[in-house]
Amino acid sequence: MTGLTLTDEILAITLIWGFVFIYAVMGSMDFGAGFWSMVYINREKTNATNIANRYLSPTWEVSNVFIVALVVAIYSMFPRAAYSLGTILLVPGCLILLLLAIRSAFLVFSHTAEKYKSLLIYVSGVTGIIIPALLMAVLPISQGGYVVEMNGRETLSLARLFTSPNVYAFMAFAISSSLFLSSLLLADYSKTSDDMRAYDVYKRDAIITGPLSLISAFFIMVTLEREAAWIFDEMMKNIPLLLASAVCFLLAGIALIIPGKNGTRGIPRLAVVIAIIQYMLASYVYGRAHLPYIVYPNVTIQSGFTDPNSFRAVFIVYVVGFAILFPGFYYFWSLFMKNKSLQQREE
Amino acid sequence: MTVSDLVIARAMFGTTMAFHIIFATLGIGIPFMILMSEFVFLKTKDQDYSIMARRWTKTKGVLLGIAIPSGTIAGVSLSLLWPGFMEVIGRVMALPFQIEIYAFFIEALFLSIYVYAYDRISARARIISLVLVTLGALASAVLISNVHAFEGTPAGFRVVNGHIVDVDPWAAFFNPGFFVTAGHVSLTAIMTGAFVFGATAAYKMLRNSPGSRSYKFHSKALFMSLVTGGAIALLSSLNGHASAQFLHEYQPEKLAAAEGLFETQSHAPLLIGGTVDPDTKEVKYGVEIPWALSFLAGNSFDTVVRGLNEFPREHWPPLFIHTMFNGMVGVGMYSLLIAALGIIWIKFLKKEVLPKWLLWAVTLAGPLSVLAIEFGWILACTGRQPWTIYHILSTADSVTSQTNLGTLYLLFVLVYLLLGIAVIAVLYFYFKRHPLMNDLSNQTDGDDKNYTVH
Repeated sequence: MTGLTLTDEILAITLIWGFVFIYAVMGSMDFGAGFWSMVYINREKTNATNIANRYLSPTWEVSNVFIVALVVAIYSMFPRAAYSLGTILLVPGCLILLLLAIRSAFLVFSHTAEKYKSLLIYVSGVTGIIIPALLMAVLPISQGGYVVEMNGRETLSLARLFTSPNVYAFMAFAISSSLFLSSLLLADYSKTSDDMRAYDVYKRDAIITGPLSLISAFFIMVTLEREAAWIFDEMMKNIPLLLASAVCFLLAGIALIIPGKNGTRGIPRLAVVIAIIQYMLASYVYGRAHLPYIVYPNVTIQSGFTDPNSFRAVFIVYVVGFAILFPGFYYFWSLFMKNKSLQQREE
Repeated sequence: MTVSDLVIARAMFGTTMAFHIIFATLGIGIPFMILMSEFVFLKTKDQDYSIMARRWTKTKGVLLGIAIPSGTIAGVSLSLLWPGFMEVIGRVMALPFQIEIYAFFIEALFLSIYVYAYDRISARARIISLVLVTLGALASAVLISNVHAFEGTPAGFRVVNGHIVDVDPWAAFFNPGFFVTAGHVSLTAIMTGAFVFGATAAYKMLRNSPGSRSYKFHSKALFMSLVTGGAIALLSSLNGHASAQFLHEYQPEKLAAAEGLFETQSHAPLLIGGTVDPDTKEVKYGVEIPWALSFLAGNSFDTVVRGLNEFPREHWPPLFIHTMFNGMVGVGMYSLLIAALGIIWIKFLKKEVLPKWLLWAVTLAGPLSVLAIEFGWILACTGRQPWTIYHILSTADSVTSQTNLGTLYLLFVLVYLLLGIAVIAVLYFYFKRHPLMNDLSNQTDGDDKNYTVH
């Protein structure tokens, strides 16, 4: 798979990769923040739960839009692939949807029902952290080997799925990465709001969960070689980028301990940016190696592709839509993420 | 795939839609009513309208906790339960889903801004945010309903030897059903929002003594809802008439089933009430208005309306949709009448105190209008059976090849029950702890932030 030319199929799958990546980052931060808000609920001294909630309240909806955007992107650009994915993902997909429903509803309710707040936060925190694990299990399923044919119809073998070390490696990676990325982001968020106590808590969490995510990434590679050698071999062709990703991880760690402004330790904003680059590199290598298959070995980006007329119309809508939305996103970001004085006024 | 798996898949998706549609409809109607309150507040400077807007915003925020995940379930389970259908939709009719994402983004972004930044932004920015929220919600509804319109009047492609060719995505988008469906869905959603708003006010007026501060507050809300609801109900009755004529032209078997008409005829009667028996081809206990159906379908008594006998029995939709049709139209008429009575009472008779029977009648209009939305969607979707795409793709060919859906269905029903009970409890206890009197006595406190998380 060298020398790809920019066909419509490549353009479409790149868009989908983009959505997967954006949702992976936003979803990690979202579900992770929910989990942290639960962990620190009884710590009277720190403001860590409030920081997490203040991030979550306005953003969970926007994160949620991205998962819908991703699913819509798949069925509008690769309808044949959506057919296969829809068929084999019925059970895990329904579980994700049910958990997502409970999680979102209870998260919203916890802001309203003061009396049952902690119970609601516990439910949404726990269900929230299972969701990334199940979502991530879609990747090994797409690598092939879990779909069996019975009476002429394809079914996902749940037995095979839940006995696979590779699947567990992906799940561990999903959970540890959610915790890592969200604690990094919340560390930055705490620092922007001058809450140094919460900052120290989240910085420590990032330093603990970061290495865990790296270990599970190695575990993915080790199990991948045994279970889906085709993609492992392809990934190894891009080993420099994988190494660069690991270097980014180290740099993000360094960014957390070097001295920052006003005698504080660490520049969390820099760590967040480097960590995102780290994940971007790794997911590029994975995604590139996955080509041309969407679901190995039956559905490729060519066989799954939509009608060319449809694709053109859809692509134009993407460009126009994001051009219109961009100012909205910027306004949103500046209201909730950037402006320090406004963040503090909420306290 | 046995029949029962198909039935379970339909039940599963139907349950999701029946649950989601309540929140989706209120998701349009309530921000519209909040917008009305903000407008009236801006015009009259009467603080009551501002308080109204804020309390309804709180409700909207809570309902959103269900609206968004249930909408996500609906969107994703289309692919999980109906992969055969979504493969065709993906090829031909992807645009509405694509554009809907942007509408959804606009709604989510500006709702967050309106709710969480309420007192950081200017009054003008609040109105603009609300307009964008309402427009975003309306656009979402119109776009998704357009997929439904396409299912009834497919356009923009041809099927040659089982392959889809000559795809024109914009022709599919502007299929013949687009405008009439969009209009009907938008109008009835706003109407439902207005009557739910009004029903709450009427119920509260029953609970407070006339002349009290609360009574006055709620009667303002009531009047605003009756005017909005009545005006929109009038418009949607005209639009409903257009919808019936549309069916006459494009989906005659649906109109025939909705009306229990077996024989093709001119001067066809309009059937009200009763049950339709597909085996004996008889209508029991109904009242027939001679010639009225022909007039309804084509504006003249000579219009020939096609009966069910013209179509093969296996293409008939279930005939209980006749009852759904009657229920929907009945509620529409009832709401219009009640709104007119209320307006006459308040505006023309200049009464400050409304009779109890009228308040009860308005209270009843709230749940009834939600019920009418359910009736309408059951009529629209069940009436299209046995097709997912009219005369092109059957429901049986659309469904997933997976079996044993029963357990999943049970799980969904349980989760919807849990969420349904939880949302009612959350709203009930919240407003119990934050009674209106607190807001009324704190009118000068501009920093009342219901939404801050502490």
